[in-house]
Amino acid sequence: MARLIRMDSTGHTTIAEWTAADDAAFGAAVEEFRGQLDQGYIGTVPEGPGKAAHVRELPRGADLVVLRRPIAGG
Amino acid sequence: MTADALPELASVPWRSRTDERWLRRYGRLWHAWTLLYTVPFLAAGIAMLALEPLTAPVALAAIAHAWIIPELYAFRGASVVRPKGPRNERAEPVAQGLLGDLLGHDERDLQRQTGLALEPGELGTWLVGESGALLVTPDGRRVHCFCVGVSERDLPPSDRVSHLLLALRTDEGGFATVANHAFAGAPWRVRRRLPVQMRPALDSARAAAGPG
Repeated sequence: MARLIRMDSTGHTTIAEWTAADDAAFGAAVEEFRGQLDQGYIGTVPEGPGKAAHVRELPRGADLVVLRRPIAGG
Repeated sequence: MTADALPELASVPWRSRTDERWLRRYGRLWHAWTLLYTVPFLAAGIAMLALEPLTAPVALAAIAHAWIIPELYAFRGASVVRPKGPRNERAEPVAQGLLGDLLGHDERDLQRQTGLALEPGELGTWLVGESGALLVTPDGRRVHCFCVGVSERDLPPSDRVSHLLLALRTDEGGFATVANHAFAGAPWRVRRRLPVQMRPALDSARAAAGPG
């Protein structure tokens, strides 16, 4: 089961779950993902040690997609 | 690291992209700058003592300046990784779980012990904290201190580390470009200004980076 999670004040919240074979669940996850991007979140897929990718569309085959806030110099 | 650029780069279009050459140049500039404000005070103090021993109080003040000013800069550098802001301890266990999933076994233990996540990169070995990061150069002889964070104040500390870690893993050079460079200097200068519990992380990063 793939998960879309958002890092927030609770630690993290699971926004959506889907399987590659479940079109309806994936479609709902895509809608949630776009809604979160509209709120300023950034989609990131952890790709194992030392690697992550920025995603603008929800990848159907990903196991985990993490929504994070933008970073900035302090 | 992936080739995909960090989206936050759009917010700093005037900055040239940070790379190994940029870091080397900045390291040299910081070294020269340190000499520039240390040597004159030191020389003046010694000269005063040599010419007129009665000037000893003023000479000692000048020598103290030569010691204090570099220490203040090192303190500023080390401060980028000091814990800051609200702790949100209630959500921390959940955030710690996610961060733990992102880290390897040894890095997870080190992060729990020190608060800093060790991340090998192409520019060197990173130590990522809640509101900043340290970069130990591949030769282990210099530490660059970067001030960078996420503006959402109510995030638990481990989530702040995860934010920075994911951004770093997405685009290392972009991460260093977005971050504000606060200091560069010898590891021993930064180490002595780090909170005691964080010092083993710098030792591990130096060991991972190479000889120094």
